[in-house]
Amino acid sequence: MLQELLFSLPQVLIDGLALGAIYAVVALGYTMVYGILQLINFAHGEIFMTGAFIGTGFFIMLMGMSWTTAIPQLLLFIIVIVITASFTGLIGVGMERVAYRPLRSAPRLIPLITAIGISFILQDVIRFIAELATGRYILTGPSLFSNQITINFSSISSWFNNASFKTSFLIVLITAILLMVALDYFVNRTKWGTAIRAVSLDRETASLMSINVNKVISTTFFVGSALGGATGVLFAMQYGTIDPYIGFILGLKAFIAAVLGGIGNIRGAMLGGVILGLMEMFAAANLSILTGGIFGAEYKDVFAFAILIIVLIFRPEGLLGKPTAEKV
Amino acid sequence: MPILQLNNIETYYGAIQALKGISMDVGKGEIVTLIGSNGAGKSTTLKSISGLAKVKNGSIIYKDKDITNRPPHETTLLGLAHVPEGRRIFAQLTVKENLQMGAYSVKGKDIIQERMETVFSYFPRLKERLNQKGGTMSGGEQQMLAIGRALMMQPEVLMLDEPSMGLAPIIVEQIFEIILQLNSMGITILLIEQNAYQALSIAHRGYVIQNGAIVLSGTGSELIENEQIKEAYLA
Repeated sequence: MLQELLFSLPQVLIDGLALGAIYAVVALGYTMVYGILQLINFAHGEIFMTGAFIGTGFFIMLMGMSWTTAIPQLLLFIIVIVITASFTGLIGVGMERVAYRPLRSAPRLIPLITAIGISFILQDVIRFIAELATGRYILTGPSLFSNQITINFSSISSWFNNASFKTSFLIVLITAILLMVALDYFVNRTKWGTAIRAVSLDRETASLMSINVNKVISTTFFVGSALGGATGVLFAMQYGTIDPYIGFILGLKAFIAAVLGGIGNIRGAMLGGVILGLMEMFAAANLSILTGGIFGAEYKDVFAFAILIIVLIFRPEGLLGKPTAEKV
Repeated sequence: MPILQLNNIETYYGAIQALKGISMDVGKGEIVTLIGSNGAGKSTTLKSISGLAKVKNGSIIYKDKDITNRPPHETTLLGLAHVPEGRRIFAQLTVKENLQMGAYSVKGKDIIQERMETVFSYFPRLKERLNQKGGTMSGGEQQMLAIGRALMMQPEVLMLDEPSMGLAPIIVEQIFEIILQLNSMGITILLIEQNAYQALSIAHRGYVIQNGAIVLSGTGSELIENEQIKEAYLA
């Protein structure tokens, strides 16, 4: 049995990393907003989905123009991701302004409900626009970076099978890592980032430091939503087909990744995302082997969530979360 | 001409009236203290000035400008620094980051560095602990950090909410020493204290607040000698 597990391991790692990187960046949006407002922004999954649609829309539009054929694909990709991130960032800022700020002193359940409302609105607006523009709401973007690469693991050792992936896997992974490194630097090393952490710790005192708390919260929503939208583009590129409902389950899993890593903890969200992605892919490849065919790959979510439950039983604060104890 | 003037301030928390018409003034260069028992409205008075609490009636005049209900990030920019009760340092940020947050609105690394050196001249301990998380320090060090952080704004008026709370007498002594030093550098001080004797002994003037209203005022030495005060706060 171990032999079979090892055999598929290279492919599991590659698929798991791609999925995990996507979970990780989306999880950042949940964790940042939670850190600053103690709000679970359930509409964040829809921001991700909106990013996937905006990105795909731009790809279709740009590649339909004759002059873009001269532009290298990579440059085109960078342009689309920057535009999409700006759009979704602004949607995030608007969402906070309209749906969350007026409710900031309301009981916590209330903004949670508006978050769900915003989710439905985004799903339907996107569906409407997609249908209006293309006549369908399930879209398949142009296939980019689709060269198949095979790594010959079997020549290293007969224990391993070969693993293959598309070039887009590398793009997804590298972009996600760049985004995470950039965010980590922004939050931990810059003045704005420190202000975000200060507001997360103590909003009232932060305002006594001449920090405009509302601006900092808007910035947080912008950054979190821009990351979510950019990841939507990555997702669309890697998996091809998108519909207005992909944000729900992916958002849920990214949220779980954030909880797994310790909600409010940025590095925790990254770690949680990668672990969840790897576990899911591991389960998809090996569940039927492990259980003698009783459970198949379709039980991968059950497996991943069971691990989550076990982790939370023993570490309720998440993997990197700290039970906060402050001296007064 | 007072630098800060409160005219009949009324502040509510929900339906509860915390301040029932507070009038007081603080002259430039003075140390003024506001004393009173727990729940009398001392902290609410400071919060009303800095904009953390919403004033319902009355006006607050600072340097001839009406600043009533300006948000805190604006009043602090005008030169009013508020060191809140319980120090409220950012526990997960380092000492350095805490100080940088104090200078959030200041542009220019050189100026920030210069101000940090000034803060270290008052509180050398902070320099030793620069990269330590604020929350891991002792209460006295945290109070020094809270004051140092406020000094990073180079305030004209420094409002201190119970800086002696929970500190060992020797540390309290040090803190009051620093307050006097800061005042001699030209910073106007508005000091809230439960530790009435100590506060009155360094203050030029004092106000006594009870149930949200000023019941007595006078110079520091007058109030220390006042029989009522002796009975109520200095016993």
